[in-house]
Amino acid sequence: MDEVGEEAAWHGVRPGLLTMRRLVLALWLGPLVLAAAVIPAVLGAPVWSLPALAPLLLGAWGWRALGRNFRSWRYQERDDDLLISRGVLWRQLTVVPYGRMQLVEVTSGPLDRKFDLARLQLHTAAAASDATIPGLEPAEAERLRDRLTALGEARSAGL
Amino acid sequence: MTADPTAPPTEPSLERDGKRLHPVTPWRRAWAPLAGLFAVGLNNAENIRSWTTSLGLGWLAALLVALMLCGAGYGFLSWRVTRYLVTDTELRIRTGLLFRRTAHLRLDRIQSIDVTRPLLARAVGVAKLKMDVVGSGDSDELAYLGESEATALRAELLARAAGIDPLAAPSAGEAPARRVAAVPTPVLAKALALESLSGGWALLLVAGIALPVTLYVLGAGLFVALTVALPMLAGVWGGTLGRFLTQYGWTVSESPDGLRLDHGLLQRDHATVPPGRVQSVRIVEPLLWRRQGWVRVELSVAGEGNESGLLVPVAGRAQAGELIGRILPEVDIDKTMASITAVPRRSRWAVPVWRHGYGHGVTDAVFVARAGRLSRRYTLVPHAKVQSVRMTQGPWEQRLGLADIHVDHGANGTATARLRDAAEAAREVAAQADRSRLGRRNAAPERWLTR
Repeated sequence: MDEVGEEAAWHGVRPGLLTMRRLVLALWLGPLVLAAAVIPAVLGAPVWSLPALAPLLLGAWGWRALGRNFRSWRYQERDDDLLISRGVLWRQLTVVPYGRMQLVEVTSGPLDRKFDLARLQLHTAAAASDATIPGLEPAEAERLRDRLTALGEARSAGL
Repeated sequence: MTADPTAPPTEPSLERDGKRLHPVTPWRRAWAPLAGLFAVGLNNAENIRSWTTSLGLGWLAALLVALMLCGAGYGFLSWRVTRYLVTDTELRIRTGLLFRRTAHLRLDRIQSIDVTRPLLARAVGVAKLKMDVVGSGDSDELAYLGESEATALRAELLARAAGIDPLAAPSAGEAPARRVAAVPTPVLAKALALESLSGGWALLLVAGIALPVTLYVLGAGLFVALTVALPMLAGVWGGTLGRFLTQYGWTVSESPDGLRLDHGLLQRDHATVPPGRVQSVRIVEPLLWRRQGWVRVELSVAGEGNESGLLVPVAGRAQAGELIGRILPEVDIDKTMASITAVPRRSRWAVPVWRHGYGHGVTDAVFVARAGRLSRRYTLVPHAKVQSVRMTQGPWEQRLGLADIHVDHGANGTATARLRDAAEAAREVAAQADRSRLGRRNAAPERWLTR
């Protein structure tokens, strides 16, 4: 996958993204595990606490999977196009030429802002072009946005 | 129409200079309540039956007539307020009885203008004018105009859009068209029959008749049997006979504003394909057409309003190649087909038998992907139209060292070359990105009328 770009020029995304995603996972599964473990024990049937292991194992697997997925996210700006590579089991490498960009979006939700993150999304005329980079530093995202917009105008082409 | 040129030039206004649509227009509205009622009746057959017994048939007929009159009245009023006007730069359409809407269509943004003639409209001698404008999601239409009026207006709008002197425009006449291909009726009939044999239509037809009959015999109501039968038969109809009716008398002609397609037995449709906006071409080769050497050619055009996306329903390979050459001048179909290479042998562990259908090739003009074992589909995307390139690998493909290449084009479609060797795919993606950049630099100009 990665032989398309130059090895040295790949950038990763910020660790804050991993922390945030793991936090969300914990917030979803934590209460579930607790409830499933505590309620039968209180009611006097501790054996029935065993099913609580299922969400716990799921959480543990998710924890690891999120880590691997986070490490797989990379992007690279080349002279004429942007490369985005992601995924572990289902790998995907997207190449978007600058001249094809219709608009560049930077979004940052409340949780993103807590972790000082921003998400960059490129739109081309094709809806299938799935070019999104999550977990950028807001300043970096804005720099990228401005640079891509400028390059897009310079190399613009119609449909 | 512009104002009299001798008068001092004033800003034309819709009220003063706007023209009305054809007087039969209101009647199209009269059918709407009937159709609605019919649909409701289908859903609540029991209710309808109880009403008829309690009301009596005479009253029901009176009710229907009253509804139709209401519809016609509404139609008449909305016809009265609908006006259109052609100025030097715009076509203005005002519609709406309660919610007034004025559409200003910039003439230089118009993609294509097509005259359609539905069956009933043909009987009355009126036609619909459909306009496809860049940037507006849907196509605007003027329905109905007199047939000669519609043709004249189309010619005028096209001439104005092309920048011919507006005063001469109305008389500039229809852009001349030269016929380049026509599908003979026997060929079309045979082709559709062969295709429906190889498709599941025959099965569906048998099922659509057998299943309701069985139900009926087993004592389910007639209504139940009908509700089962109708969708199935409708599917068969749409897939076979309906297609024959719409594709009957298919002709392709060349005119200055692109390729003109005329087709239809009951409803004559006319469509224009502006060549510069074709994003990808699909060549479909159903199993039973191969001995005849027939193919079907489909197009994806940027923007809405291209309904069928057909260029020609059935044609010999040579003719199809020639037609594609008119749309994408730099494409040599034989070279393109020759460039296709099969997938590596080890892909049989991923997709056992169907893998033989997959293939992919590149020429200096297009990216081509082949798929399908029985019905072959070739998708061609010119390098200049590629929006983004993607390479994906599922877990099993990683195991086998294979990858898929996707090329996205501007008509919201994707050409996918599946099961390529991973190293080759990576090279291919990098090369495709370069090719598309070069392809865009020397792409044909955008504006279709300034060729």
